[in-house]
Amino acid sequence: MFNSADILPGTLDLLILKAVSLGSPHGFGVMLRIQQISKGAFEVEQGALYPALYRLEEKGVLASEWGVSENNRRAKYYRLTRKGEKRLREQTDTWNRLAAAMATVLDARPSEV
Amino acid sequence: MSAAFLLDRLFRRERIEDSLEEELRFHISERAADLQRSGVPLVEAERRAKLEFGGIENYKEQCRETRRFHGMHGFFADLRFGCRMLWRNPGFSILSILCLTLGIGANAAVFSWVEGILFRPYPAVAHQERLFALTGMARGEAEPTDLSWPDFLDLQRSCTLVDSFIVTKITGTTLSIGDRAEVSTGSIVSANYFDALGVHPILGRGFEPGEDSGRSAHPVTVISYQLWEGRFKGDPQIIGKTQRLNGVLHTIVGVAPAGFYGTFVGWAMQFWVPASMEEIFEAGGYKLEDRGGRWIEAYARLKPGVTREQAQQEIAAVAKRLEKDYPDTNRGRSIKLWPLWQTPFNNANTLLPTLEIMLAVVVFVLLIACANVGNLLLVRSFARRHEMTVRMAVGAGRGRLVRQLVTEGLILAACGAAGGLLLAHWCRHALVLLLPARGGVAMHLPGEIDWRVLALSAGVCLIATLLLGLIPAMQTRDLDLAGALKAESAGVVGSGRRAWVRSGLVVMQVSLSFVLLVGAGLLLQSLQRIRNTSPGFSTHDVLETSVNLVQAGYDAPRAQNFQDQLLDRVRALPGVESAEFARMTPLSYGSFSSTPIAVDGYQPPPEEQPIVQYNEVGPDYFATIGIPLMSGREFNRADDEKSVPVAIVNETMAAKYWGGRNPIGERVQVKGRWMQVVGVAKDSRYHSVRETPKPFFYVPLRQNFARGPGLNIRTRLSAETITAALTREVHALDRNLALFEVITLQEQVDRSTSPQLVAVTLVSVLGGLALLLAAIGLYGVMSYAVSQSTRELGLRMALGATPSHLLRLVMSRGLTLTASGIVCGAAVALASTRLLGYLLYNVSPRDPLSFGSAFLVITIASLAACFLPAWRATRTDPLRALRD
Repeated sequence: MFNSADILPGTLDLLILKAVSLGSPHGFGVMLRIQQISKGAFEVEQGALYPALYRLEEKGVLASEWGVSENNRRAKYYRLTRKGEKRLREQTDTWNRLAAAMATVLDARPSEV
Repeated sequence: MSAAFLLDRLFRRERIEDSLEEELRFHISERAADLQRSGVPLVEAERRAKLEFGGIENYKEQCRETRRFHGMHGFFADLRFGCRMLWRNPGFSILSILCLTLGIGANAAVFSWVEGILFRPYPAVAHQERLFALTGMARGEAEPTDLSWPDFLDLQRSCTLVDSFIVTKITGTTLSIGDRAEVSTGSIVSANYFDALGVHPILGRGFEPGEDSGRSAHPVTVISYQLWEGRFKGDPQIIGKTQRLNGVLHTIVGVAPAGFYGTFVGWAMQFWVPASMEEIFEAGGYKLEDRGGRWIEAYARLKPGVTREQAQQEIAAVAKRLEKDYPDTNRGRSIKLWPLWQTPFNNANTLLPTLEIMLAVVVFVLLIACANVGNLLLVRSFARRHEMTVRMAVGAGRGRLVRQLVTEGLILAACGAAGGLLLAHWCRHALVLLLPARGGVAMHLPGEIDWRVLALSAGVCLIATLLLGLIPAMQTRDLDLAGALKAESAGVVGSGRRAWVRSGLVVMQVSLSFVLLVGAGLLLQSLQRIRNTSPGFSTHDVLETSVNLVQAGYDAPRAQNFQDQLLDRVRALPGVESAEFARMTPLSYGSFSSTPIAVDGYQPPPEEQPIVQYNEVGPDYFATIGIPLMSGREFNRADDEKSVPVAIVNETMAAKYWGGRNPIGERVQVKGRWMQVVGVAKDSRYHSVRETPKPFFYVPLRQNFARGPGLNIRTRLSAETITAALTREVHALDRNLALFEVITLQEQVDRSTSPQLVAVTLVSVLGGLALLLAAIGLYGVMSYAVSQSTRELGLRMALGATPSHLLRLVMSRGLTLTASGIVCGAAVALASTRLLGYLLYNVSPRDPLSFGSAFLVITIASLAACFLPAWRATRTDPLRALRD
């Protein structure tokens, strides 16, 4: 279980991008999605999501528009921009390489050095 | 940044601010709904949803901060918010912007005049910063003199630090084109004039080297764009055509570009002729080879990087050499360079003191306007105390609030500046309205709104912004969060810190207005005294006009004959007491003849050549113009070419050169000719009403012929009445001659004092404006104080105060402010009215009448301003005041 302070910088952004790419429409949905796919491993204070969403939108990787939710309420929907899709691919690659490298390093035994 | 982008930014920010709230609320209610579905009761679900969400205001501020961090959202948000606040209080905003428009507009207008008249008077001329005026100086005299043509040629040959010397001399002619004759002004110039100024004619050419030499050898002219377009209807074939100027056919060789008005502040030149044509346009004969004939005005364009001091040294050295080489004409003579704004020979010089004073006056007006707006802002910041406290409570820093207030100040100041520039643009030609046309030609004194004026106005706007923003910002210091929602308790009339600041502003306004009114009073009295000062000759009952024989091409004998005949006819007109010619009318623009003199028995100090100016006048001159003779006799018809040359000296000349002896019967040498002194005339004024008495003498016209003299007529008839008769007599002699405008000598005096009139008018107008603003300020403070203390007033009434008590209470409070303002104002005025210096004439800077009337005017204005609030105080309903 990680709380927001433990998350590596940039990780929250990547989680959000991933959640949005999986079709999570609004801020609340993004939070649910992160909880669901991480099986509760990441617990972010819910409000902290929004400054991150705004930041990503400001950077031009997310776009937003107002729509109507399933229960007929106005909600703000997010989607990836083309720049966002590219960013997600790149960061996923980077993250995987880093994770693999970290795993290799951490798996090393004295005999292999 | 394009306007569209800015608008989009503003607009988007608005959407985000509104939607942020909605988005977060959506999240919380969805979470609450989830919790409810899992069985949590509604109230508990909402509570937990909020708790899980965390500090909502904190996150909102973070979201805003995100926006702010990217781009200029913070500033735009402030701007947008500021606009909204101002939009919501249109009365406040319009009043503030109006005050600032007047304040900044007055500044911008004066800046544009200073720029267009003093610093950049010739917009079409390249590199004006290297252009300097050039005059002669006579040792021991403060007034500069003209230069002679040979001296100019020597300067041109000898100076290495100067790019070029440019000669110009204003002249005039009557232009008859088609069937319309009109007086127009022109310049006699050196051949390098257009090239040296970097002005390229749009048609034809400028003058060619050598066209300024040879006696009347080059009858060519360059005409102005206005003349070409107006009088010649833009004729594209104009080059090579001829135009009669002063009776001589001139070939038009060029048309100057639009926007080039010559190089004489005050007049738009219509034509230029080369100096070789001097004799045709100048009285006093051929002067191109006469080193003693000083008639030209000149400019020097320095080489890049040369300072005025360096060039002055070099020029002084040349003058020193000329002094040694030509002692007869140049002893005691030097040559001086002047910055353009001090040019002594055109209207830059006459308007300089006025404009200097105006620069100070408009700062006063700006301060008063800012104080007014500051007061309005204070009232509003009081109303916004609640808003400010709430914003602080939700985490906006004090810096943030100050930034918001300064932004609002900036919006007001920017609107004021825009309005002010518009005002200045409209007022560009306002100065001319205050100056009468002379000789039928309107003056030309445009303000110039260039980048320097714009930059200065922007600076003024910024200062205003800071003043406006910081006054309410000071108030944020005493915002206290705990007392956030406590209602402001009703105080005693005008008590407390805030009232203190507001009162301070009003005291400042009153004192500044007082200073301006004292200044206006002093200037008004000066003007009256100048106009009432006897110039030493009769100003009423004497008319002055002229007939230009030079323009008609008369030679000397013919002109002489004409003058005699015309005089006989004019003297025979009913109502005419006497009439006489004189070469120069006193106080008119033009140069008297001047000469080095020698007097039997007078030994001038070494290094000094006494030079005295004189006028050539007819036999009846003194009786006609009303200058009394102290002793001796007038000229008479017997003083002609065949008899002994004679002269009449004035008292100062008699005292200076004959030291108490009776000069009558003594000799004076004038231009090498010995003349016998036959009379002593009373001193009078020659160039300006304000001048101190100086030596001057008169010689008979008959012995010193001049072709273009002015006609003085003593009559009780008005100028309008006599003009028709005069024109008839002139036409009876020669149909082709035109009569110049007929004016009284009083009109001549008034024209010569018009700079004082300009100063009086401008200071009075701005003083009145300041008074109005101050009265509005006082009214605002008092009526606000009354509206804030209805509870106290009601209480007093309930305890038995009568309406007259309350009236006195409020009035006395208002008048205390006025009194403090007057005391401060009087102190400032006593210390500063000396600065009016040159503009004051025979008036003490501490003149009690001016101080008294300023006191009276301010007191009346403040009584009026306080009365309405005081009266309203007496209408307080004690029951309602106490219940509310």
